[in-house]
Amino acid sequence: MHCGVRCQVMRHPLAVALTLVLLIATGAAIAGEPAGRTPRPAIEPATAGTQCLASPDVMRRDHPSMLKHQRDETVHRGVREARASLKACIGCHASAATGSVAQAKTDFCSSCHSYAAVQIDCFECHSSKAQRTTALAGTGQP
Amino acid sequence: MKTGAEQGLAGRRKFLGLAAAGMGGVLLAPGIHLIEVAQAATPAVTGKVRWGLLIDTTKCASGCSDCVSACNTENGLDPRPSPTSAQWIRKVEIKEIKTGRSASVPVMCQHCAEPPCVDVCPTGASFKRADGIVLVDRHSCIGCRYCVMACPYKARSFVHEPVSDQKADVPRGKGCVEGCTLCVHRVDKGGTPACVEACAKAGHHAMLFGDLNDPASEISQRIKAVASRQLRADLRLDPGVRYQGL
Repeated sequence: MHCGVRCQVMRHPLAVALTLVLLIATGAAIAGEPAGRTPRPAIEPATAGTQCLASPDVMRRDHPSMLKHQRDETVHRGVREARASLKACIGCHASAATGSVAQAKTDFCSSCHSYAAVQIDCFECHSSKAQRTTALAGTGQP
Repeated sequence: MKTGAEQGLAGRRKFLGLAAAGMGGVLLAPGIHLIEVAQAATPAVTGKVRWGLLIDTTKCASGCSDCVSACNTENGLDPRPSPTSAQWIRKVEIKEIKTGRSASVPVMCQHCAEPPCVDVCPTGASFKRADGIVLVDRHSCIGCRYCVMACPYKARSFVHEPVSDQKADVPRGKGCVEGCTLCVHRVDKGGTPACVEACAKAGHHAMLFGDLNDPASEISQRIKAVASRQLRADLRLDPGVRYQGL
């Protein structure tokens, strides 16, 4: 039987030692990878004093579904100025230099998306720039 | 009647709400608040409201296009429109040949109760909101332009060219159909459409915006008192825009 053969091999002290060495070496290689080979995205910090909806690991994984859910709420049901809206994201994450999240390659959205090679379609239609002054509703005054 | 358990739950909720509100002001470090501002989202729209417009053609001045330019500015449309530019509102000059009486009227999406653009849309992108505003959901618009063909008011436009520098509240892009939104981003926050505001600013007061479902609203009072009509009422689309003095 296969198992019997493998067990016999593993019982050999040299084989066990070799396996351990290999495992440790692989672990070290994974842990030591960030040193230079792959350029990591430079993530610009959000505006000081602001609080995100969730922790960075949750936001990294779930921001597309959060945005998608909110966009339907906004377009179809008129729920505006919600915390998960694209406008709210841009409000905190727009770069200090460009005032945008996707204009320069180092801006918040584009830095990660170019690293992950995922195209962003949002800014084909949406403004990527933060609205510094919120217009007063119905007055037309900035 | 509330049961004891429900009352307890309500009390606990109230306490949690107050605690959360209190936490909003907690200062973690100089300049860093735990929750900056408790941002209040606007409530979801309901069918209790039906937004509409009443346009008094006797007050609308021929040659004045303030509503058109206000619309272009508010929604980030082409300030100098070309024949292929998107047009959400236009001024139409009409003249009765026998009497020679002429009038100038702004025409935009009529926000029909039975919108033909919604009937023909193959993806469900053209839709009517609960409060009667007819919109295009650009996320699902494929740019087929069936709605452009179906609309008897020529109210829909197609965007042919790439768009840049959009307004934060009005996303626009190439390949989608668009039309008057009744300035939905302002209306949701309690405002009025930009054209109505511009008309009042110019001193004409020819446009009145309000809730057609509320009998106490100014627009309901006016359409009760004066004769007004819907454009192409024979099509029985029940537009939310009415014209006085046509």
